[in-house]
Amino acid sequence: MTHEPHCHDFQKGAADALNNDQLQELLNRTLKNGFQKKRLNGMARLPEYDQLRDQARDLKNHILDHLDAYLERFELEVQKAGGHMHWAEDGDQARAIIGDICKKVGAKTVTKGKSMIAEEIDLNDYLAEQGIEPIETDLGEYIIQLRNELPSHIIAPAFHLSKNQVAETFREHHQHLDADRSLEEPTTLLNEARKELRDRFLKADVGITGANFLVAETGTAMIVTNEGNGDLTQCLPPVHIALTSIDKVVPTLEDATLLLRLLARTATGQEQSVYNTFFTGPKREGDLDGPDEFHIVLLDNGRTELLGSEFRDILRCIRCGACINHCPVYGVTSGHAYGWVYPGPMGSVLTPFFVGIEEAHLLPSASTFCGRCQDVCPVRIPLPDLLRNWRNRAFAVGKPGGAQRLALKVWAMLAQRPGLYHVTARFKIWAMKSLAGKRGHFKWFIGAGGWTKARDLPAPQGGTFQSRYQKGER
Amino acid sequence: MSARKAIFARLKRTLDEVHNPTVRISGADQRIREANANIIPARGQTEGPARAAMFVSEAEAADAEVMRLAALADVPRFVHDILIQAGASQIKAAPHPQLQDLDWTGVGIHYGRGENSDHIGLSVALAGVAETGTLVLASGPQSPTTLNFLPDVHVVVLEEENIAANYEAVWATLRAQKTEGPVMPRTVNWITGPSRTADIEQTLLLGAHGPRKLIILLIDGKNP
Ligand code: SF4
Repeated sequence: MTHEPHCHDFQKGAADALNNDQLQELLNRTLKNGFQKKRLNGMARLPEYDQLRDQARDLKNHILDHLDAYLERFELEVQKAGGHMHWAEDGDQARAIIGDICKKVGAKTVTKGKSMIAEEIDLNDYLAEQGIEPIETDLGEYIIQLRNELPSHIIAPAFHLSKNQVAETFREHHQHLDADRSLEEPTTLLNEARKELRDRFLKADVGITGANFLVAETGTAMIVTNEGNGDLTQCLPPVHIALTSIDKVVPTLEDATLLLRLLARTATGQEQSVYNTFFTGPKREGDLDGPDEFHIVLLDNGRTELLGSEFRDILRCIRCGACINHCPVYGVTSGHAYGWVYPGPMGSVLTPFFVGIEEAHLLPSASTFCGRCQDVCPVRIPLPDLLRNWRNRAFAVGKPGGAQRLALKVWAMLAQRPGLYHVTARFKIWAMKSLAGKRGHFKWFIGAGGWTKARDLPAPQGGTFQSRYQKGER
Repeated sequence: MSARKAIFARLKRTLDEVHNPTVRISGADQRIREANANIIPARGQTEGPARAAMFVSEAEAADAEVMRLAALADVPRFVHDILIQAGASQIKAAPHPQLQDLDWTGVGIHYGRGENSDHIGLSVALAGVAETGTLVLASGPQSPTTLNFLPDVHVVVLEEENIAANYEAVWATLRAQKTEGPVMPRTVNWITGPSRTADIEQTLLLGAHGPRKLIILLIDGKNP
């Protein structure tokens, strides 16, 4: 789908999310009872975790200071290994490069590994316009592609859907299958997707993946998956394109290893992701499989500007998703409210840069400045500071977004500390009033266990809120 | 101006503020030349039997099945049992001399790359990594990558002496092996357990797109 940003609608998206019981339940399951616990368990098994984080931060800073040198070396090694390098200043150029490669081999279908860069540049839409069918192969991405939705999370793109919604989606799109088949069990859904996609893997003319890291030393690109989808995308079609960005380069295999010790553990609590696949150039002499052509499309899309800005630190990001998983605001609003490709704290830093602060001025305010994002970030990005920098810029263009900011702060604080409601009744009234907007009605308020949906109450006109609160509680 | 040129011009403008180009190039060259290991956690520094034990427990924790064999010569017998258990009549094996030299009498074995019709695949691992129970497979004429991903069941032979304590040791092995051409094979796969997804309501399911089952045939080290 086209990713026209709608970040200015953050409040509405947040309100919709708060009124969606299913979403709240899935958020709770996925974040609090899922990723957050898993990360804690993963950390407990690696006493050196914090030392690795310091080293990873220093490594990334060193890379950013020497970025052109590492990129040149990477390019040289890719070419030595028989790969093709392409440089793209922006999405238009990257899309055109990929379109040309596909057209040259007469591609009809393209399988895709999960790539946030492809989302960033709206690649699927472009390919479809060129008459080339893009097929997402990561299960979550496949589901949201069928539903024409944006990912709601960078590493769990379809977590916001129930299995019933997935089943409905499959019924609608897999019409060649028996309409009466049972799709009750998650396993059945997975097997159906596996079968549908296996065929596509085998017939694809081009495979497009992202890259988690690029190794300058050897001209190697690598991807991390649990499903094996990116890996089939990489080894089956005759042409493989890795679409990636300039901030992904690391000096050596050892340096990639340092980051790989942190990535899975921080993201999902796994000791290691199931598949870490390192690829260097095309098929070699004597190889029985692998792509005949290998291309790297290296995208800037403003990152060289970020490098020279007060947002430079965000270029250390390894897209683990931890800041998203631990953000109290994301924890109630989910990803779609953020209105573009990257949600949560890292998204609130990146999105204004890509879509403009006028469009995205609410995002840096969608933060309680509780600091959890910074605490969990494996490369120690000072996310709250970067959000503050954006708020200053927003202020400079006359978009302070202050009321919402404070409102969100109260929301999240109350959600986390239910025991405080006597003390904070006044704040609650204020928060609800500012969120209720002109209509003077609100459809949600804070309950003892987090966000609780209530009936449509008129916004309090003053006085104590406690009695209304008790009446509204189920 | 080409995109490449414009990107490098912008980088130069910003980076020159910290280090001059000569310092940047020599700094990068030095780091690559030295290829120093970063912090290797204590769990990545096991020796002797503890190393194999850690490999096994980590691989099992990642849902791999590990079978310990006394010798490479036992591989056909175990494969035979695996085939019977899976109700399959043949296995597609990597054309690896270590496999080709074995006595396969009574076992349906074919050699080649992985195909969609292959139910069970057999490969030889370059190495194991004890710290996370990870297999390392390197592509080449003797080890097609498609075998690692297309079959439902992936059986991998690993010799105990090829279990490294950590990932860095495997990179060192690859560098040492290479005399000419790129250090890296076309594809290196780290494999930790069978394929999985949690994309449907966070329910963990094995066998997403890759193998539903990963069986490691661990060949005991030579006893002195
Ligand atoms: S900002 Fe940090 S925590 Fe957030 S995704 Fe990036 S690396 Fe992970």
